[in-house]
Amino acid sequence: MNAPSITTTSSDVSATRGRIDWAAALKDSAKAALVMFGLSIPLLAYRTDQSGADLLLDPRWDLVAILCPIIFALRLAIHAFTATRAYRKAVPSPRQATEVVHAEPSAFQKVSRFGIPFFLGVALAFPFIVYVVQGGLNESRYWIDLGILILTYVMLGWGLNIVVGLAGLLDLGYVAFYAVGAYSYALLSTTFGWSFWICLPLAGILAAFWGIILGFPVLRLRGDYLAIVTLAFGEIIRLVLINWVELTNGGAGIASIPRATFFGIPFNSDEDGFAALFGLEYSPMHRIVFLYYLILILALLTNFVTMRLRRLPVGRAWEALREDEIACRSLGINTRNTKLTAFSIGAMFGGFAGSFFAVRQGFISPESFNFLESAIILAIVVMGGMGSQIGVAIAAIVLVGGPEILRNLTFLQAVFGEGFDPNEYRLLLFGAGMVAMMVWRPRGLISERQPSVILKERKAISGSLVKEGHG
Amino acid sequence: MEIFVQQLINGLTLGSIYGLIAIGYTMVFGIIGMVNFAHGDVFMVSAFIALIFFVILTTWLGISSALVALLIVLVLAMALTSLWGWTVERIAYRPLRGSFRLAPLISAIGVSIFLSNFVQVVQGARNKPTPPMVGEVIVLFQGESGYNVAISYKQIIIMVFTAVLLSIFWYLVQKTSLGRAQRACEQDRKMASLLGINVDRTISLTFVIGAALAAVAGTMYLLYYGVVSFSDGFVPGVKAFTAAVLGGIGSLPGAVLGGLIIGLIETFWSAYFSIEYKDVAAFSILAIVLIFMPSGILGRPEVEKV
Repeated sequence: MNAPSITTTSSDVSATRGRIDWAAALKDSAKAALVMFGLSIPLLAYRTDQSGADLLLDPRWDLVAILCPIIFALRLAIHAFTATRAYRKAVPSPRQATEVVHAEPSAFQKVSRFGIPFFLGVALAFPFIVYVVQGGLNESRYWIDLGILILTYVMLGWGLNIVVGLAGLLDLGYVAFYAVGAYSYALLSTTFGWSFWICLPLAGILAAFWGIILGFPVLRLRGDYLAIVTLAFGEIIRLVLINWVELTNGGAGIASIPRATFFGIPFNSDEDGFAALFGLEYSPMHRIVFLYYLILILALLTNFVTMRLRRLPVGRAWEALREDEIACRSLGINTRNTKLTAFSIGAMFGGFAGSFFAVRQGFISPESFNFLESAIILAIVVMGGMGSQIGVAIAAIVLVGGPEILRNLTFLQAVFGEGFDPNEYRLLLFGAGMVAMMVWRPRGLISERQPSVILKERKAISGSLVKEGHG
Repeated sequence: MEIFVQQLINGLTLGSIYGLIAIGYTMVFGIIGMVNFAHGDVFMVSAFIALIFFVILTTWLGISSALVALLIVLVLAMALTSLWGWTVERIAYRPLRGSFRLAPLISAIGVSIFLSNFVQVVQGARNKPTPPMVGEVIVLFQGESGYNVAISYKQIIIMVFTAVLLSIFWYLVQKTSLGRAQRACEQDRKMASLLGINVDRTISLTFVIGAALAAVAGTMYLLYYGVVSFSDGFVPGVKAFTAAVLGGIGSLPGAVLGGLIIGLIETFWSAYFSIEYKDVAAFSILAIVLIFMPSGILGRPEVEKV
């Protein structure tokens, strides 16, 4: 609960002595426990339950009695940890003096050399691995569905990474483009009967178009203000989707959206269906596996385009814009076009992902596109280390796959009682994780980044030298 | 005409609540230049604290006088919400001072998600209604078509409390050494620390004052609407932020003025146009103000430093 920092004087003293100043540490921990006690009155200590028209209070002081000592112990542990670390730092290691700064490949380079082919291989073989492990297509449905969900977020993360990670424009309304893509496909296919393969590029184009429309007014804004305005735009689009009932069917959403076809061949048990044409036994899982590969290809396309764009002048302009907008403008880069391309290309991939979402779910409603969704995508980008493609993928796996694992930990129910539902705590942990990430590693899991363009010599840029977010 | 006057009264009541929240945004932005995204959720937390104390006071201790109960609840809610504000600043913002510019905003989004889900987990996802506390209304005048223009005691209480607390707060910022330190930090943090001002403490106190005023707003919100839920922090928070920007961020009278304007716009929009789109109106105003007049009505124009 409390930040891992103690007053500098006490840590200096403990560093020279090599042990903890117990009196100060205990006093501070007691203070932390006291604060925890104050915070738990009355929110934690009394639960409000409604019975009829009245509210009843259900006292839960036992919970407070458990939590306060936990906070006390945690705080003490943090003190012990920081003191020993400070002691170790005070004694120089013999390796430090001889260490050459860039001689060893950085952690990032190691990850990218072996990690990327590994991840790609696992992603490609995932349905087969699950098939073998689970022993059947129908049994592996849960895992492939989870794979699809994670890949959707990987794609959204990569899309937003263009805007936030490369161009440094903090966009809190990214989900709006996701919504535009989803509704484009849903409306075009239900009203005109167009196939998914026509609607997919159209949805992307429409989302890109909205990216430009919403990008234009915010060109002059930077930092926090930009973030808030994009948040407002995202909310406006969601509220319009709820209230424009004639077009969008309001909060009830659009149901029975046509399913995806294998380039025109439907996934059904008919004579001209996918299974019959390919001489397979019909299984509804064919469609799911197909969707898995579809989103994998879409995500890889996003990654491929981003990586290529980074080497083009526009990509370099994005990164320059992220580092310093004023310098960028003085060097003759058209910041307006640079920002608009970032917004529209990021939005386009959001639109693709949105139309994939619609075709996969078969049902969409405005509730799928609330601010929290934007925050989750942003958290994926931030946690991955803004600008790092592989980091975003890892973060998506952790943030989307992690809660699913939490859901399956049945032994937790044995510890916390029958009524314990770990899923309730998903967002709680998520919010706390976002704060912890900012405090502990503000530059994300993979904070080092490779320069896109190299002059003569390859050097790793330490994350601390880069000041992004000034866009 | 009658409807107009009635909406004017309702709008000013709502506007006082927004103004109180807006002060928290504007002070924090003024002093450390960040949008405290979690402020709306601190407001929501305070409404829950007030709710629980209301129930304790009225049903367990049997205090029948609504005004006495309200005063006690207000003091307790202000104290405990201040503690929340202090803790949030200590854990989520203070370690980030000197980090890259967007780090505090992202951290604040995390706090906002944490707080609303914390309340959801510990208090449940349902709306929490309170028994009506102050029900009486005063009929100001009767319209020709039988439409009565009325002001309820609730509304009077809200406006009076807001006015009183604002003046106390105004005195605090303008006349005390704390306020002087705060204004010094706002102008130049480094210089202020050179002159012996404890900057960390001043920033902490800013968060505490902001949270205390949010607690007043939370209690008044509960009194006015009689219902609160864990998700009630986000939209009032955004509206109050709009108010802060509209009034000129960093300016305290501006925040109150902006709050009143936003409250009036919302009620009139709901009365004369469409109630469904009232949040769209609020968000649009936010976008328009930020884009076209980012320095607001009473704010100083921002000078771009290279």
